Amino acid sequence: MSDKEPLFSKKNLSLLTDPLNSKNPITVQVLGICSALAVTAQLKPAVVMSLAVMVVTAFSNFTISLLRNGIPNRIRIIVQLVVIAALVIVVDQLLKAYVYDVSKQLSVFVGLIITNCIIMGRLEAFALGNKPIPAFLDGIGNGAGYGLILVIVAFFRELLGSGTIWGYHVIPASWYIDNGGWYSNNGMMILPPMALITVGMIIWVQRSKNRDLIED
Amino acid sequence: MENYINLFVKSIFVDNMVFAYFLGMCSFLAVSKSVKTATGLGLAVIFVLGITVPVDYLLQNYVLKEGALTWLSKDFASVDLSFLSFIMFIAVIASMVQLVEMVVEKYAPALYTNLGIFLPLIAVNCAILGGSLFMQQREFVNIGEATSYGLGSGVGWFLAIVAIAAIREKIQYSNVPAPLRGLGITFIITGLMGIAFMGFMGIKF
Repeated sequence: MSDKEPLFSKKNLSLLTDPLNSKNPITVQVLGICSALAVTAQLKPAVVMSLAVMVVTAFSNFTISLLRNGIPNRIRIIVQLVVIAALVIVVDQLLKAYVYDVSKQLSVFVGLIITNCIIMGRLEAFALGNKPIPAFLDGIGNGAGYGLILVIVAFFRELLGSGTIWGYHVIPASWYIDNGGWYSNNGMMILPPMALITVGMIIWVQRSKNRDLIED
Repeated sequence: MENYINLFVKSIFVDNMVFAYFLGMCSFLAVSKSVKTATGLGLAVIFVLGITVPVDYLLQNYVLKEGALTWLSKDFASVDLSFLSFIMFIAVIASMVQLVEMVVEKYAPALYTNLGIFLPLIAVNCAILGGSLFMQQREFVNIGEATSYGLGSGVGWFLAIVAIAAIREKIQYSNVPAPLRGLGITFIITGLMGIAFMGFMGIKF
């Protein structure tokens, strides 16, 4: 591509928007599932986690793309891991400094961003063969696609499981059985396996809308 | 002795890597299409986890933890290197995987060709790094506990991937709604297996 291409040309824009739907990292590319499921019991950690992943993906894509002609092919995995690990350490320290309670909730999953397959996958598939700016946008796009699924899953799990959104009660207190109403939270939604089933449902909905994605 | 066995059994069933923490999901979903490859990968994960967790335990307690360097000199009592733990752990894991790869290639070439690309991919399997990070978080008292935790987590992961591979082999003959085929139904089955595994949760050791 030419150097004069505007920043938000059609091609660059599609780098940002494709991962939101037809190339979604979680539901289509099957990358980065591990952390996606574990942090989605509530909305707040899910949003923090998505931002962290987006930052790390974008900047590691950018860095590796800058270095791409200088990295010997044989040791590229180690180089990639070092770049990612350095970025994750920065993010981890920042989270500990500014949002300590969320960082405690995320526990090991911040560290596990290092082995998040989205990041390695995008580095291998995109950053190694493209210029820094498109690679950066690709990182943002994939981080956003990951975040989108996280937020949807977390929204439903928090709403149905604890009756709150972002920590605020949205189900009127008078509905609850304790207060003489008819409603009760579904404790099942808080449990880890329900995250998997929720993602399964999202895949079902997405693929019935977008028939091209159906396997077999 | 008793607490080693307890920890081992607990990390297989109650704290199962896949069903309780969703670690190693990516390869779990990608490599579970046939029981044979799933078994090979599962064994490799047991092996790597069984080595890396105790090695990282030694690193954590003799290099990284606050005051861990006092065996070198009393002046280092206030040195805290734990912010370096991610990069140290991943370096240990990557080199261990390289080592395992070379050993397997030399002594079991058949297994090596079977595993193919999945062997190097263990380096980025979150179950491995997760094992070390949980070890760091739980502060085991000695290396024996760390080893039995590592091995137990590996066995748990092995069981999970072999079970899902067996189910996926059978489900090919079922009439699943088209949009759910492949990935979707695998997610839902894993969720259901996770619910079943939660039955172990009440057991106290």
